[in-house]
Amino acid sequence: MSAIAEAGLAGLLARADGQGPEAWAPARAAAAALLRAEGLPTRRVEAWKYTDLAPLAAAAFAPRGSSAEPAPPAPRAERRVVVADGVVRDAAGFARNRAAIPAPAATIAALNALLAEDGVLFDLEGDAGVVELLSLVSAGVSAHPRHRIRLGAGASLTLIESCRAGAGALHNPVFDIALGPGARLTHARIVEDDPAAFHLAAIHADVAEGAAYDAFTLHLGGRIARVEKHVVLAGTGASAHLNGAQLVSGPRVADITIALEHAAPGCASRQVVKTVLGAGARGVFQGRILVRPAAQKTDGYQMNQALLLAPDSEMDSKPQLEIYADDVKCSHGATVGALDPDALFFLRSRGIPEPEARQMLVDAFLREAVETIAEGPARAAVMAALEAARAA
Amino acid sequence: MLRIEGLTAEVEGKRILNGVDLVVPEGEVHAIMGPNGSGKSTLAYVLAGREGYEVTGGSATLNGADLLAMEPEERAVAGLFLAFQAPVELPGVGNATFLRTAINAVRRARGEPEWDAMTFLKEARARMKALGLKEEMLKRNVNEGFSGGERKRNEMLQMALLSPRFAILDETDSGLDIDALKLVADAVNALRGPGFGALVITHYRRLLDHIRPDRVHVLAGGRIVRSGGPELAAELEAQGYGALAAA
Repeated sequence: MSAIAEAGLAGLLARADGQGPEAWAPARAAAAALLRAEGLPTRRVEAWKYTDLAPLAAAAFAPRGSSAEPAPPAPRAERRVVVADGVVRDAAGFARNRAAIPAPAATIAALNALLAEDGVLFDLEGDAGVVELLSLVSAGVSAHPRHRIRLGAGASLTLIESCRAGAGALHNPVFDIALGPGARLTHARIVEDDPAAFHLAAIHADVAEGAAYDAFTLHLGGRIARVEKHVVLAGTGASAHLNGAQLVSGPRVADITIALEHAAPGCASRQVVKTVLGAGARGVFQGRILVRPAAQKTDGYQMNQALLLAPDSEMDSKPQLEIYADDVKCSHGATVGALDPDALFFLRSRGIPEPEARQMLVDAFLREAVETIAEGPARAAVMAALEAARAA
Repeated sequence: MLRIEGLTAEVEGKRILNGVDLVVPEGEVHAIMGPNGSGKSTLAYVLAGREGYEVTGGSATLNGADLLAMEPEERAVAGLFLAFQAPVELPGVGNATFLRTAINAVRRARGEPEWDAMTFLKEARARMKALGLKEEMLKRNVNEGFSGGERKRNEMLQMALLSPRFAILDETDSGLDIDALKLVADAVNALRGPGFGALVITHYRRLLDHIRPDRVHVLAGGRIVRSGGPELAAELEAQGYGALAAA
């Protein structure tokens, strides 16, 4: 690799030759073809209307080992898997992911398939307890870990994913998740990147009969942070919680994009996403719910709320419900507004200084989202990260 | 002592207070009665410093300190307390956290030692018992899902814990049954003494049967039109405001 890397997609494509496991070669080729044909999406592409990848297209990435690694957070679980710059450093007893990966259909998955070299395979039966997946990306480096989670019938896992990327880094993790009948995965993602880092994540989850995927994403403000959750409720009585909280300020974008498919009857889904935006920040929520004709007795709920703390904060919210079954319950709501002046006055009239009163109301707003996570280590970790972020 | 002189105020460009003159000497409790729209709540909000209530003239001091120059939180520190007519819900804010934050903010600003969790619990429990409030109310979010009566009693709990030097009760009696009304009156009476004064805004005499005010004032058209002893409340109830305002 030359000392001066090529910027944007061309630079990434130039790096793609012959890396990664053999089994991923077909997907890699498909990814290269897709990206060469379409390039990085502009805002004219519907799925990227609100999140502009132009800063990424202008970025060049450095070779691994050329910069310092960000400091890891204090451990959030006893068992900790460590991935550094997209390569597994400590698998903590798990296998490496070498199973074939599907050909990508969209940008984030394609960037990953193009450049993925390593990842962890969580192939589990029974109760696997709590595991932290720590992913560190050094400043200016692009990292593309590819993980696979397969839970057998009735198995359970709590995965706390800690993401830290340095300035100018691109962190591009992708998960392939398959939950067997009655399995339960709690997946809390805590993204605490440098304000100049890019985070583009995608999750593809298949949820079988009676299984539950409880996912939460906390975005704490990189240059661009986007997660796409593509979830299929494939078996009767499956459920998904695709909740999140975003706390951003400055010239940054935080984006939670959901494509949820109810493909079987009697499934339940919840999407509760709360975003707090300071001066200059933008938040994005795109929530698509597709209810297939077979998915009778669907119980879907989507609530997207944003608090704008400055006149130039902006929230773009796009709920999208497509319902092809007739016996379903699907509700959705979105609110965007400033702090409630009555609530603020009430607190101040009790002697609480204005900055503290504002903070109390912001905390309360986000806490409601965090409390959608079942009580336990995942909720505690998210709460602690949020508190640390606001203390910083 | 609360001293209000020639106070005029506007809300959204509309004049509501037209020169209020009122003195509540230290240690006294006065009542303000008056028809709807007479400016009773506006007076309460102006004194507490609510945004959107613009003072256009006059003055208001508490024990000599200029209330109108202070931020709302500074007024609380100076000893002013407003019991809201319609207390807001605060989803996500636990009642115990709120109460302790408020008490310690005020204690800190007054140069008093803060209450630790144990002291807070002890103090809160004693006062909740007196107000007939269950302890689980501390665990709930502020006013969320509270009945009207619970909200008003929660206001009284805040008052009891913040130990103000002057309290304004803005129709705290509205929507209360007779038992809750007595509890509210007890909460005010418990604070009565040389270092405490209050202004009780009400439509009805029944609260004043339990909180015997030293003076009763009638507010109409944004000014005090009549003042008298506690017997004035009975007279108002018998004759209505119409006759008085005309007098």
